[in-house]
Amino acid sequence: MTDKIVIKNIKKSFSSGSESKAVIDGINLTIGDGEFVAIVGPSGCGKSTLMKMIAGFLQPDEGSIAVDGVERKGPNANGILISQHGSVFPWLTVQQNLMFGLNDEHIDKAAVADHYADLVGLKGFEQHYPRELSGGMLKRAEIARALAVKPEILYMDEPFSALDALMSLRIRTELLRILEEERHTVILITHDVEEAVHLANRVVVLSNRPATIQTIFDVPFAHPRKLSDPALQQLRDDILRELGIDC
Amino acid sequence: MIKLKKILPPLALITTLIAVWWIVVVKTGSVIFPTPLQVVTGALELIEDGTLWEHISSSLMRVGAGFLLAVLTAIPLGLWMGRVDGAYATLNPVFQIMRPISPIAWIPLAILWFGVGNASPIFLIFIAAVFPLIVQTAAGVHTIEPRYLNAAENFGVSRYKLYRQVVIPAVLPDLIVGMRISLGVAWLVVVAAEMIALRSGLGYMIMDSRNAGNRYDLVIAGMIIIGVIGLLLDGLMRLMEGHKSVRWRYDR
Ligand SMILES: Nc1ncnc2c1ncn2[C@@H]1O[C@H](COP(=O)(O)OP(=O)(O)O)[C@@H](O)[C@H]1O
Ligand SMILES: [Mg+2]
Repeated sequence: MTDKIVIKNIKKSFSSGSESKAVIDGINLTIGDGEFVAIVGPSGCGKSTLMKMIAGFLQPDEGSIAVDGVERKGPNANGILISQHGSVFPWLTVQQNLMFGLNDEHIDKAAVADHYADLVGLKGFEQHYPRELSGGMLKRAEIARALAVKPEILYMDEPFSALDALMSLRIRTELLRILEEERHTVILITHDVEEAVHLANRVVVLSNRPATIQTIFDVPFAHPRKLSDPALQQLRDDILRELGIDC
Repeated sequence: MIKLKKILPPLALITTLIAVWWIVVVKTGSVIFPTPLQVVTGALELIEDGTLWEHISSSLMRVGAGFLLAVLTAIPLGLWMGRVDGAYATLNPVFQIMRPISPIAWIPLAILWFGVGNASPIFLIFIAAVFPLIVQTAAGVHTIEPRYLNAAENFGVSRYKLYRQVVIPAVLPDLIVGMRISLGVAWLVVVAAEMIALRSGLGYMIMDSRNAGNRYDLVIAGMIIIGVIGLLLDGLMRLMEGHKSVRWRYDR
């Protein structure tokens, strides 16, 4: 597997007034092409900050991030960030949202948009405005908008947290199916360890703020994975223990 | 039914005010201050000889022209200032200084530069309407949530698409608010401007009625007509707030 993303010793602090708050304190991580890496860690430890830096929206204070061997200077369409707070444009319909990132190479943008709407279970809602959708449907629209441009990398910041358990499972399964075909490289931030072991090739556990990498777990199971598999359950418990939650 | 409930109290208040006005005029036996009936009769006179429409259309034409010029100037300028920090830092202080200067204070300069034709009031309306709209537009751009701009940047769309599908729809609700304020000020100013310089318009009509024979019935008719047209103009702008492309802002 060739290296897709190489993160070298990045650090980031935020200063408010005279105080400087270290958020990321030296993270090294190499992510392979087509790999699925999940990042878990305590709330507020700096996961979203780390993701914004990898996706190019924030510059690290120190260290470097290279994608395909080229230093990352800013965001681009090769890697789409699905932000924690959602960014589906409320003034565009679902279809217009899904068409947004499509360039003029696409002959029939509406058809592509509708295909991806269907894929995430939004068939019939193409002409609806975001305000007419539930929180979970919005998240799915956002995921579909990202998938529609076939990005090499998907940066997903807690994309399933607004979904109920059933819908989350459905979308996860759908995502795995899509990844079979399209082979995106994926970085997923989640607070759901089960979700991480269901989807990822590796699970990175971050420490409390300032975040460093505490441990990296391999998830050596082939897809499709059964969540009830005892080995998977064992791994989940190990990761939870690493996060300081005994069960 | 609900509409009736909303309309009834103000209607009752207006009726009471008219009644009080009538009674007071009759009781004090004023010869110069007109009763409501005299105002209506006076207004009918003007409607019959056609001069009322002339005055109204002159005023509306001037407001329309000045307001349109203001919109054409303020929106591109405001968008630019909202997007480019250097432009904002340079222009905003200047506009903040010019904004509180009452358009009435510009009248001498307007007459000096444009004479006493139509250009003067149009210029004054422009001055009055342009600054609030610039400020509102730039503020609207500044309040676009970064997550939307980030998403647009992420997809690497063209500048045209960025404006067409993100920046402009995002500020549209602010633009409409700005245009409402701006048109309100424009209407306020046209009447004031016409009081001084011109041969037509509602402002002129008011001053002329007083000067040419103390026709206070026509003065008051003029005032009421100005108020009603102002209300209608505002209602027109309010209709735009209900348009489906801006409802996202108000529904949630
Ligand atoms: N732009 C910012 N300015 C100042 N502090 C920030 C900023 N972004 C994040 N932080 C702080 O950095 C810490 C980590 O935030 P975040 O990365 O969002 O955490 P997580 O996603 O792991 O919950 C928090 O304490 C947060 O307050
Ligand atoms: Mg976060």
